[in-house]
Amino acid sequence: MATIAERRSLASRLRRWEGLPYWLVLPTLAYLALFFAWPMIQSFELAFREEGVWTLDHLRTMKNDLRFGEAMRFTLLLIVVIVPVQFVLAIGMALLVNAKLRGRGIFLYIFLLPLAISDLAAGIVWSAIFTETGYLNTILQRLGFLETPYIWLNPLEEHQLLFAVVMAEIWRSTALIMIILVAGLQGIPRDYTEAAEVFGASFFQRVRHVILPMLKPALQVALVLRVILAFEVFATVIAITGASTTVLAAEAWRWQTSNFDSNVAAAYASLILVLSVVSAGLILRLLRTPSERLLR
Amino acid sequence: MSAVLQRGLLYGGALLLALWVILPIYFIALAAFSTPEAVYDYPKQLVPRDVSTETLRFFLNSEGVLGSLWRSIEVAALTLAFSLGIGTPAGYALARFVFRGADTFRIAIVSTRAFPIVILSIPLAVMFLRWGIDDSILGVSLAHTALALPFAVLVTSSVFAGISVELEEAAMTLGCSRLTAFLKIALPLALPGLAAAAIFTFIISWNEVFAASILTLQNRTLPAQVLAVLEQSPLPYRFAGGFFMLAPSLVVIFVIRKYLFNMWGRVVR
Amino acid sequence: MADVRFEAIRKTFGKVVAVDDVDLAVPDGEFTVLLGPSGCGKTTLLRCLAGLEKVDGGRVLIGSRDATDQPPRRRRIAMVFQSYAVFPHMRVYDNIGFGLKMQKTKKATVKERVHSAAELLHIEELLDRYPAQLSGGQRQRVAVARAIATPNDVLLMDEPLSNLDALLRMEMRAELKALLQQLGTTTIYVTHDQVEALSMGDRVAVMNAGRIVQADTPLAVYDRPADMFVGGFIGTPPMNFLEAEVSANGGAPHVRLGESSFPLDDGAGVRPGKVVLGIRAEAIAVEQERRDGTIQATVVVVEPLGSHNLLTVRIGEDLVKVSTRPDVFPEPASDLWLRFEPARIRWMDPDTRAAFGAPAPAGTEA
Repeated sequence: MATIAERRSLASRLRRWEGLPYWLVLPTLAYLALFFAWPMIQSFELAFREEGVWTLDHLRTMKNDLRFGEAMRFTLLLIVVIVPVQFVLAIGMALLVNAKLRGRGIFLYIFLLPLAISDLAAGIVWSAIFTETGYLNTILQRLGFLETPYIWLNPLEEHQLLFAVVMAEIWRSTALIMIILVAGLQGIPRDYTEAAEVFGASFFQRVRHVILPMLKPALQVALVLRVILAFEVFATVIAITGASTTVLAAEAWRWQTSNFDSNVAAAYASLILVLSVVSAGLILRLLRTPSERLLR
Repeated sequence: MSAVLQRGLLYGGALLLALWVILPIYFIALAAFSTPEAVYDYPKQLVPRDVSTETLRFFLNSEGVLGSLWRSIEVAALTLAFSLGIGTPAGYALARFVFRGADTFRIAIVSTRAFPIVILSIPLAVMFLRWGIDDSILGVSLAHTALALPFAVLVTSSVFAGISVELEEAAMTLGCSRLTAFLKIALPLALPGLAAAAIFTFIISWNEVFAASILTLQNRTLPAQVLAVLEQSPLPYRFAGGFFMLAPSLVVIFVIRKYLFNMWGRVVR
Repeated sequence: MADVRFEAIRKTFGKVVAVDDVDLAVPDGEFTVLLGPSGCGKTTLLRCLAGLEKVDGGRVLIGSRDATDQPPRRRRIAMVFQSYAVFPHMRVYDNIGFGLKMQKTKKATVKERVHSAAELLHIEELLDRYPAQLSGGQRQRVAVARAIATPNDVLLMDEPLSNLDALLRMEMRAELKALLQQLGTTTIYVTHDQVEALSMGDRVAVMNAGRIVQADTPLAVYDRPADMFVGGFIGTPPMNFLEAEVSANGGAPHVRLGESSFPLDDGAGVRPGKVVLGIRAEAIAVEQERRDGTIQATVVVVEPLGSHNLLTVRIGEDLVKVSTRPDVFPEPASDLWLRFEPARIRWMDPDTRAAFGAPAPAGTEA
């Protein structure tokens, strides 16, 4: 934390006028209380109450539903596969962006594009690639690897569907991770890598021993964000696999819009919330740096 | 490994990654700009031949699409007005004032990200029904604002923090009240950053699928519309829809690419 | 044009007391410098005068008005900030005229005042440019021009020269002093650079740990520091402080310094016992052989500085700086005999660290 001298000069920089900051913050607080905190409480009520009575009925309905196990499994599988691959990719992209290559501007623009693309659009784009009459088969056939079109999206082969969804998701959301990592990289003073180089470290050694450790805070933020987002994956799956597989968020959507059952939908939502928060907590705890090792 | 080889590898890697990102976009554009018959073709054309807007027109003329397009724009505009209108004062307060609860407030704002839109939308649907604004663009805007507001607060906070407070202090010694100093000095200087935040908020709203699908029935936004009929829709419809949804990103990213790192840099604290 | 009075000003930030019960009166037209190390409270005091900080106790009076609760814009002050705070989105002309515009001055008057201020600062040809196109020194001039163009009772300056490089700083010092003398405005100037303070101010108020330790003319602060802090802070090199003992064993009082001793002429309130002898480097004469009343010292280092030589010598346990003519080059480790100019000796009490017979610090009178 800031030393006394720093805090004093910081405080003297900012004028303290009783009341004003609180008024400025009030609208945001009020809005979030009404449209965020309150609905959250409502959500739990929907999930755990029926006619004013606490009940686990909705949870049970959710658990006993045929598609629950599948949704749970597929969601977890997605996370376990996507996150590591995506991080390696994002670190690579971030290092490339930082490496000051010629044409960096164009590379940057392209790498960033998926950031503004919705998961639904991404799903459609990759379904156009993986579909039987799609672009992947076209290329493979033109290159001579295939005679007849291969069915990439076989509804019976879950690992194929997993692969397609993983591709689409990685394609879409790596940009976000990359930005966080680049911001983190730019915060690492060049002195450290230069010193390492002087003392004989190769590029990969520098990455492993200097850059990655100093990137830890950014990695932590990115990881937490990515895992939370992964539990919300929704439209990509529907766009690519239709109803062949499902994830937790998709089930919530179906229970709400097709079955008109807000309670079970809310049960799914609560499950997603709990999983998100627990994962976030776990990651923060596992990746925590003891404060004496922080260089602030 | 020689420097030249290393450079070559770097460029190769960058090129590969760039192709991986851009090719799918290229393909969908290709599909969207071909005739509906060509969409069903196999093998597909890999270079633009017989460019046609028929597929796009087919999509636009499909039932409900034009309306949903318009509604998406309205919702996004409302969302950005609400988010920035409510969030900018809070961002300014965080940047300029040291007050009790500031840290707690900031942590609360950041941690809203941990709560998925999924858990928000369902009770909101119930709430809006009770208030009579279900299935309306106002309702969706309110939901989107709840999503975008924390982002707006954090970004505006970082924008104002980047403007030296002495500028406003100087203005105050030269005859400005606090408000005038903000309007004449801080705001003009913050405009580029605020504009980038506005554009990004617009896109967040434009792309949002889940809440929009849950909160609308007749008055759908574009993603909700496409999702609703996705399983039954013919390929030309899908491809054209996908293209329409991602087209704005091409422009948006180009415009705000420089600001993205500033925006996210601060969040990494 | 007005005088300024600080009465019992107190300002705290949480548990930290930045300004501790400060009284200061600045007469109309005077140029007072607030001098002190980082964190001594000088900038905070200035900002309290400006209204950018709310005082926790005491009053601020500008002219005969109690300005303590007034916002900055009502105090009729003008301020130059350390970072200049020149508005980047306005041209130089609009920057300088900003204060006038805020007061809804007529366009013709604005033009006239802007041009005359720009002329005084020699930046007329820059009026159409944007600050980003200017150098640091030019931006500083814009900041000063902006302050003097705006009608004001008091001019406040917060380390305006600190961000300039050494050569530019020296030039601007002289220019600024001439300009302010010409304008005759009441000016309060904050700096940590004692050279700046001595060369520019009519009066220097030395601050330490939130209090004013001594407020006096530059010469008085230099020659008769109120305590060891002031003596050590002001002057290049700082005042030498030597442990000595005054004894009066039945006769003329003597001062014992290490091995040597010399008679005490002008006691100035000194009492027998342990004392601290304060003397400036240029008030010490060097003699090549032992004489009556000289003090033996061993040469450690000789630094030729062009206009004079700075010797570091050892007397007993103390290291002392001595200033000599540029042709004096004693061998290191050789012996020297020093004669202290009696009138320039400042006697300090080792316990209170204050000078014997010093006036009460922080006069409220002019």
